[in-house]
Amino acid sequence: MKFRFVIPLITIQFVAFQAKSQLFITQLGETSFFSETPLENISALNKQVAAIINTSTSEVAVRIQNVAFHFPNKLMEEHFNENYMETEKFPNSTFKGKIQEVIDYQKEGTYDITAKGILEMHGIKQERTLKGKLTVAPNQLTLVCNFDVKLADHKIDIPTLVIAKIAESLTVKNRFALTPKK
Amino acid sequence: MKKYLFLLLISFTSTVSQAQDDLLDELNKIQKPVISYASATFKSSRIVSGHSIETVAPKHLDFRISHRFGALNSGYQELFGLDQSQIRLGFEFGLTNRLTVGVGRNSYQKTYDYYAKYKLLQQSSGAKVMPITVALLAAAYTNTLPSQANARFFNNLERQTYCGQVLIARKFGERVSLQLTPSILHRNKVETENDANTLYSLGMGGRFKLTRRTSFNVEYYYTPTSAGGVSLRDPQFKNALSIGFDIETGGHVFQLHFTNSKGMTEKYLIGQTEGLWQNGDIFYGFNISRVFSFDKSAKKIHK
Repeated sequence: MKFRFVIPLITIQFVAFQAKSQLFITQLGETSFFSETPLENISALNKQVAAIINTSTSEVAVRIQNVAFHFPNKLMEEHFNENYMETEKFPNSTFKGKIQEVIDYQKEGTYDITAKGILEMHGIKQERTLKGKLTVAPNQLTLVCNFDVKLADHKIDIPTLVIAKIAESLTVKNRFALTPKK
Repeated sequence: MKKYLFLLLISFTSTVSQAQDDLLDELNKIQKPVISYASATFKSSRIVSGHSIETVAPKHLDFRISHRFGALNSGYQELFGLDQSQIRLGFEFGLTNRLTVGVGRNSYQKTYDYYAKYKLLQQSSGAKVMPITVALLAAAYTNTLPSQANARFFNNLERQTYCGQVLIARKFGERVSLQLTPSILHRNKVETENDANTLYSLGMGGRFKLTRRTSFNVEYYYTPTSAGGVSLRDPQFKNALSIGFDIETGGHVFQLHFTNSKGMTEKYLIGQTEGLWQNGDIFYGFNISRVFSFDKSAKKIHK
């Protein structure tokens, strides 16, 4: 009697395994941030962001290596690493969350999505609900998401001397083109 | 049948719950590490008076004003040295991210100095590991004091001094950076018969970060005074020891220091330091460094 269950059980494992491996991934995602004040504009771009989406669970994770943010102004880049983000102490910024809407990943089109999860930056985790757009195409998912970050929320201190040069809230823009993970 | 369905349910849930925790871990495992270059080994292109391995960023200009007052043991009439002062004005420009060129003029002995600093190796971790930063320095100095009876220049070539240095530094974690600077100094004209034209020296320096924007710097140049029975440097000249405190504010770096060396360039640091810390021949001084960017693309915004 036990034997009757073995073959179906094994088959189920294979089927379940198929459902698990719907992963879309990229290591060339782009994240930029921007701060505008009357005195100074700060902008940086990171073109080596890793992002992953599991289409069977609608979960998404993003991992950014902070040293890969490049500023056109080298002195700003040095201050970002040494004084603000303190990249030696906090080498990565991450987001881990779940897309709230039900998406048909087989149907092409652009969908407005909301990802709810945890954004970790400078060692501080914040619960965030981020709005974005997900474009489904054959063998490619494109995720575009813009959001604001309040520096104080992640304990990034701005010294009083430069307070007029750095906005309290920065605009972060993300663009990831994900392809199926082999 | 119920048992069958139960087993079905269990096998599905076990594989799905595995997927939930793994997503960020998956990225942690897969993401290729980038090259992380050690930045700001020192806050400025000088440790105190002598060079550090830092070069100026490409298309950036570093304007330096260096001030050295008189000796603390000059007494209260001279306001403990504040009445006397030497100044150096200098400009350093980053041609590429490896090569910096600079010019300066010292009021002390009316000496012009000019140099090129080339960063050969850059300390990095991550995708590419390099344990040290190495830079090469080639400098020359011209003494433009008018020829005097007691200090005569017979021709203009006698006014020249040359210096070559290999700067080797390593940033140890966030707080400590150390540098070794083997140097060769060649002066066409020497002060006394006990001075050799060519001096060999070993500079040692370090920076100890106190807070994110302040640090404590030390610098010492050791020069052997004789070799193989030949006197290299007259005993009136001593090894230079400097102790300083750096404060960084936005685009400026302020360096406040005490040193036994009156002069601010290698010519004096290595060859002609007359003061002795024990005697109170301590000169108070400060450097101000301001970096300007001439990089048009620095105005570009990633919108």
